[in-house]
Amino acid sequence: MTVLAPPTISRTGQADRRPARRRRSWTGWAFVGPFMAVFAFVFVAPIAYAIYLSVFRTRLIGGTSFVGLDNYQQVFTDPQFWSATWRVTLFLLVQVPIMLFLALLIALAIDSGRLYGKAFFRVAVFMPYAVPAVVATLMWGFMYGSRFGLVGNINDTFGVALPDPLSPDLVLASIGNIVTWEFVGYNMLIFYSALQVVPKSLYEAAELDGASQLQVIRSVKLPAIKGALLIATIFSIIGSFQLFNEPSILQSLAPNAITTYFTPNMYAYSLSFSGQQYNYSATVAIVMGILTMIVAYAVQLRGTRKDR
Amino acid sequence: MTTQTNPRNAVRRSKPKRSPLLTALTALMLIYSLVPLVWLLINASKTQEGLFTSFGLWFDDDFALFRNIRDTLTYDDGVFVRWLLNTLLYVVLGAGGATALATLGGYALAKFDFPGKRGVFAVVIGAVAVPGTALAVPTFLMFSKLGLTNTPWAVIIPSLISPFGLYLMWTFAASAIPGELLEAARVDGAGELRTFFRICMPLLAPGIVTVALFTMVATWNNYFLPLIMLKDPDWYPLTLGLNAWNDQAATAGGQAIFHLVITGSLLTILPLLAAFLFLQRYWQSGLAAGGVKD
Repeated sequence: MTVLAPPTISRTGQADRRPARRRRSWTGWAFVGPFMAVFAFVFVAPIAYAIYLSVFRTRLIGGTSFVGLDNYQQVFTDPQFWSATWRVTLFLLVQVPIMLFLALLIALAIDSGRLYGKAFFRVAVFMPYAVPAVVATLMWGFMYGSRFGLVGNINDTFGVALPDPLSPDLVLASIGNIVTWEFVGYNMLIFYSALQVVPKSLYEAAELDGASQLQVIRSVKLPAIKGALLIATIFSIIGSFQLFNEPSILQSLAPNAITTYFTPNMYAYSLSFSGQQYNYSATVAIVMGILTMIVAYAVQLRGTRKDR
Repeated sequence: MTTQTNPRNAVRRSKPKRSPLLTALTALMLIYSLVPLVWLLINASKTQEGLFTSFGLWFDDDFALFRNIRDTLTYDDGVFVRWLLNTLLYVVLGAGGATALATLGGYALAKFDFPGKRGVFAVVIGAVAVPGTALAVPTFLMFSKLGLTNTPWAVIIPSLISPFGLYLMWTFAASAIPGELLEAARVDGAGELRTFFRICMPLLAPGIVTVALFTMVATWNNYFLPLIMLKDPDWYPLTLGLNAWNDQAATAGGQAIFHLVITGSLLTILPLLAAFLFLQRYWQSGLAAGGVKD
């Protein structure tokens, strides 16, 4: 758990030499209490309720009955669930490395101090993060379109027929592009912020030892921002597993390419809101949450091993 | 990694040389980031017909931006303005509340020792890893039992919690507020609340602006939560409204209003872009100081 390792808890002032326990009092709760109360209501209670729902099943005849782990058994053999999970896994394996690699390159370029107008780069590349997923998806969706989009323009102007980005074969890559566009700047900023706090004396020492720029990056900068790399990776993994907005909004532009079980979240959503299968939908959400946590935890364990 | 440069070598090196090549390469990424925004700006100036007949990355002969803005704001009895006000309501209460809760909580975690603190750490760190949308369906079911769905509360209450905001405030408070200062205030007999508001809040300002901006973006851009919680278009935020306008073209007998979708999108993103640009100084220092160091 060193990724989110807490900062060292402040010790009291000079005058106080008594053991650490001294200031332990309930006062802190007055400040953290409101957060925890709302947290219990919007985080803990829904999870508990979902677990409760997942062990029941409602049938048209016979009403709601306790079914133990039957719903879970059903999820594990549900081809639609696995097809959705496989799709987001593929997305994760391709899109996340591309996005983080680009973000790291830009962060290193800006940090190197060798760019003209570095402040402009930093802000401009970050800007898409402030664009809502809905607007980003509509924009790219329109641009992908063959009617009044850029793809259509290029086809007309050059008399070529580019493959349709919204066709079933390409739509996942097109979504990957939208997500990359939205988050590359955000990740860049995380890396850049981490690079800012690396003590300058470290690179200076390395350069005096005759290390090249690439060597400085490899042996000083990258190890120094390992924590940020890990956090960004974990957030991206979580984001990929919950993919919903982009495919769901693109659905109206590409109805044939995006099914109702395109991602696990879309599947859970359509089970609930089109199918009224609340118990099964809660089970899907729980299984997906557990899978995400397992993967995120595994990455964290690997990433925090000392000898990476 | 505690290399100490010896004094003789510690002379400040001159700034690295600027590189046109590196700038040009990075500019490719800049173009990628900005082209869609430029596209949006250009196409917000076109009529519905112009969208189909003119080249995407250049203006049409008929410059209709101001007409489009007027039409966007007045279409369907000004429903766009209603959505804008809803969004503002959700942002002020949701993001404002989230920032307040995260600031108080982060301060407590950084500066107090209290029973159950380890438990709070564990729970909140665990929560960062829980996929937010996996919670959405159970939250909807719970809220519908409580009669909260289809009301603004259904959007506001879940927005109040930002585990990442709490984490950011906690790291930020730990480094921004010296323990001695708190101790001195206590010795002087200042109450805890007074100490917090008078002494700590000013020190926490960059962190607060950072968390406020990020929770603001999260609330302003929220789509999934309002989508499941709200049925009544009168309570829609901008994101849902724009999507409804876009879908209108696909419904039988629906009027295609892509020019309004595009102009509305432009109007939706401008306030956030402006906030980020104008508050740069604050959020960049907030991120750098408290953000994500190991």
